Amino acid sequence: MKILVCVKQVPHKDARLEISSDETWIQDESIKFEINAYDTYALEEALRIKDAGEAEVVILSIGPDRAIQALRTALGMGADRAILVWDDALAGTDSLGIAKALAAVAKAEQPDLILTGLMADDTNYSLTPPMLAELTQLPHVTAVVKETQQNGDIVAERELEGGALEVVKLPRPCLLSIQTGMNDVRYASLKGIMQAKKKPLETKSLADLGLQASDVAPKVTLEKIFLPPRGKGAEIVEGSIDEIATQVVTKIKELGLL
Amino acid sequence: MAFESLDFYRIDDELSDEERMARDSVREFVDKEFLPRVVEHVRQDGSFPLELVPKMAELGLFGANLTGYGCAGMNNVAYGLIMQELERGDSGLRSFASVQGALCMYPIWSFGSDAQKQRWLPAMAKGEAIGCFGLTEPDFGSNPAGMRTRAERRGDTWILNGTKRWITNGSIADVALVWARTEDGFGGFLVEKGAPGLEAPDMKGKFSLRASITSELYLQDTPVPEANRLPGVEDMRGPLACLTQARYGIAWGAIGAAMACFDEARRYAMDRIVFDRPLASLQIPQQKLAWMATEITKAQLLALRLGRIKDEGKLHHAMVSMAKMNNVDIGLQIARTARDMLGANGILDDYASMRHMLNLETVRTYEGTHDIHSLILGQELTGFSAFS
Repeated sequence: MKILVCVKQVPHKDARLEISSDETWIQDESIKFEINAYDTYALEEALRIKDAGEAEVVILSIGPDRAIQALRTALGMGADRAILVWDDALAGTDSLGIAKALAAVAKAEQPDLILTGLMADDTNYSLTPPMLAELTQLPHVTAVVKETQQNGDIVAERELEGGALEVVKLPRPCLLSIQTGMNDVRYASLKGIMQAKKKPLETKSLADLGLQASDVAPKVTLEKIFLPPRGKGAEIVEGSIDEIATQVVTKIKELGLL
Repeated sequence: MAFESLDFYRIDDELSDEERMARDSVREFVDKEFLPRVVEHVRQDGSFPLELVPKMAELGLFGANLTGYGCAGMNNVAYGLIMQELERGDSGLRSFASVQGALCMYPIWSFGSDAQKQRWLPAMAKGEAIGCFGLTEPDFGSNPAGMRTRAERRGDTWILNGTKRWITNGSIADVALVWARTEDGFGGFLVEKGAPGLEAPDMKGKFSLRASITSELYLQDTPVPEANRLPGVEDMRGPLACLTQARYGIAWGAIGAAMACFDEARRYAMDRIVFDRPLASLQIPQQKLAWMATEITKAQLLALRLGRIKDEGKLHHAMVSMAKMNNVDIGLQIARTARDMLGANGILDDYASMRHMLNLETVRTYEGTHDIHSLILGQELTGFSAFS
């Protein structure tokens, strides 16, 4: 069985973010990056399937050279090989452009299962996984919190609103986008890290995938990033603790919230 | 908020991918698994979260710079960074890994027979066997060659008698590497748990390294088979080589403790309001932070260069003495300064600086005291030994 896991390298959750001077992204020259948290659960699930039987786990990412670190970490955790796709034309692309590039690799690799994170921590769209599934004509489900293999099919539990779960069944090959908390993600062990440098890591351009820059030209373009203006009407309550508590309760009652 | 490591001189740029990844993996382990547990163990005198041992082993923390036998085979810079991250958690955590790897697995790996290596190294790498190192005695700390513990040979068996003290993991160890005086010099003996005449009571009442198990070892007519004597050791060079390994790790570890204290003090100074302004906006706290950051950066450069020299095989033990002496010294001063900046809050175990401060008092003393390392350097610089 071949499992393709798509991962994205995103700014580290503890990085201090500042908006870039042209207001179209953050200043990312000197911040730390990590694998998108959602994707780590997808990777862990793939590694668990591998541990339980025979599987090859292939990691796929789109990103500049720095994304190699994310791929090496994934290899250190136990993935078998990695593919990095980059082209300057991908720098300003949208979810569909990313999905097209991923789909080109997926078509060449013909995996039995594609696992992705539900969404990316940085852009929050959740669009790429369903787009990738459509482009590769695979059945797919999102927000998976549990999956089991059953005679070549996959039985997946999905998270619904209000704490409910639903169980769905779909045939392989298929795509699952994974919700956080699905499993306990392993650390890259020191031995794994040493073995990672011997594992294959290919880099591919758009041309290698049979795509042109025009294929990934964005339909949706990012115009501006900004922090919402500070809200008006905030009231600072002063006094002793008792006075403050009384004033706050009075205020809440006035607003009809209590 | 997670720990932010100080890297003022972009030392990260000097590290390989493997070195960075090893550090980051251990950092994550310490944040997620160890730090949430440490206070509970500090409050119980002399206990360690033993439930973490299998995870530590799975991560590859035991004997990480050794090759074969299930060890990771990392270089010495990666090993140093691992020690830094462990001690950023607690000196007790780093001590656990130091004793297992540098003081127990390393001598078996270097001086042991094939049978001893096969028996112990894979099990110790997997954390299934715990080791301890018995060199120091109640009356012989800085002068280990004065030891009273004796091993007398009777046919194929050695009979050991003596007392060892300050033995990390002594009471939980499956094997104790005990150093003893022999007719011809000194020998290293692998004394197994349950050996007749071996007792290992824990030492209580420590102000320092409370998240670590410290024991004494009593050996009374304890028989040890000749097969359990390290064949590659005849004199004090054996134990001293182990200490050089462990001291090397400490030179890095102290930076981790210092970085934890700096990070805590800086955050506190940013958030704490005094005289209607952040503590960090006042001159004296800024001067303290600037001094801490400068000393940490110097220590990082010292450790990195030392690691590269060690990987090139050009290490002299006095170089390790310089780094151990300096880095622990500044680590302790930084911890004290951080505790001071935290004001009254700094005495609570909600904050880590005082815990590190108390731990580093031990670290300053063990594995060669600060003063002894000065004298080792003095001897190297002048040719005169001031202590023998």
